[in-house]
Amino acid sequence: MELKLKPEEIRNDLVKKVEELAGVNVFACYQCGKCSSGCPSVPYMEILPNQVLRLLQFGKVERILRTNTHWVCASCFVCSTRCPKDIDIAAIMEALRQIELRKNQDYLIVRRIDTEEMKEFPPIALVSAFRKLTA
Amino acid sequence: MKIAYYPGCTLKSTAKNFEISAIAVAKELGIEFVELSRWNCCGTVYSMTSDDVMHHLAPIRNLIRVKEDGFEKVVTLCSMCFNTLKRANILVQREREKLDKINDFMYLENIDYAGDVEVLHLLEILRDDIGWEEIMTHVKNPLNGLVFAPYYGCLLVRPPEVAIDNVEMPYVLDRLFESLGAKAIDYPYSTECCGAYNTVSNPDIVLDRTYTMVNLARQQGADAIILSCPLCDFNLEARQKKVMEKYPDFHPLPVLYFTQIMAVAFGLPENTYGFEYNSINPEGIFKKAGERL
Ligand code: SF4
Ligand code: SF4
Repeated sequence: MELKLKPEEIRNDLVKKVEELAGVNVFACYQCGKCSSGCPSVPYMEILPNQVLRLLQFGKVERILRTNTHWVCASCFVCSTRCPKDIDIAAIMEALRQIELRKNQDYLIVRRIDTEEMKEFPPIALVSAFRKLTA
Repeated sequence: MKIAYYPGCTLKSTAKNFEISAIAVAKELGIEFVELSRWNCCGTVYSMTSDDVMHHLAPIRNLIRVKEDGFEKVVTLCSMCFNTLKRANILVQREREKLDKINDFMYLENIDYAGDVEVLHLLEILRDDIGWEEIMTHVKNPLNGLVFAPYYGCLLVRPPEVAIDNVEMPYVLDRLFESLGAKAIDYPYSTECCGAYNTVSNPDIVLDRTYTMVNLARQQGADAIILSCPLCDFNLEARQKKVMEKYPDFHPLPVLYFTQIMAVAFGLPENTYGFEYNSINPEGIFKKAGERL
């Protein structure tokens, strides 16, 4: 992937928003890759958790938001638990989801869920999916 | 011992087997679960964004109910409820400003919340208040010969501030199995995520994970997977039907709540097992235990 870095983009407003929402400093990350090596969702992610951090350091939030990474993140907290720099990566994923959801755009389109399927889901499956993936 | 009990929504619907068996097992051990006189959904997930105070109202409101009913401690069974209640509690203990805001918003409540309820999971009570030796004395039908895969998933052990056990190598379930006469496999997926709410949004992720995780448990010789979360149970048990459609070589493996194997081992009446709510009938494994004796 080609990236053009511009000094004025570093820690732009959107990066600051992510940092504020997630309570993190993205520059603390030294790219050890521990988050990605433990992440169970990696096989399904278009970019890996440590790449999310790298792009945040470069100010490329829009580039991250074009991927599915924050949507397939299952909030399992392995990354945040293992990060040697104490970065709450799971909260960063949540901040990225929130930035999109607050534009009132759902990731999960509820009316497309099969009605028969809907009956099978336990309440926690539906409530957690709505909470994480709908505005 | 009497303790306030917060069931949560799923224990009243798809996970009745968890509730029925837990209440019976607790009673056998001298613990009376007193269900909160009023309660609401905890929200199922803890909100992680710093400006989102609103979503902490639901869990905190339940903690107020605990105080209203005259208790200082509350027990949960569902791992998701446990995690959400405990994290919200830790948040308001640490951030006074948010606690004040929440109390202000809920000014119609009779009491202000002060962060002083202790949120516990039943496994902690079994280990810390009852103890394995005491549990052993209640075993009438030891589960000798049975081998289980202990499955904690995410929310009993992560993040570390809420963990009920060692974060990377929990062993409370292993100890429980041993007390009941069974054995645990050294299961690498013990604390691996089942895919959680992806089951609604990206079901294939869950089917693939269930295929891999159940297959490994079987290859390691497990008779069943034992867990504590109704969402993990849905993904790892109920979803096995769909896994079979996707992977014809897949064979189902029973999945049970830890309280169900306790009820069997304690020799409690069969109507406390709740097997009729299991999508994969687990009775066969207990017959097998009998034969192996
Ligand atoms: S584990 Fe932490 S320090 Fe290492 S790459 Fe991930 S975010 Fe960066
Ligand atoms: S919380 Fe999300 S990003 Fe972190 S390890 Fe789990 S699935 Fe991966």
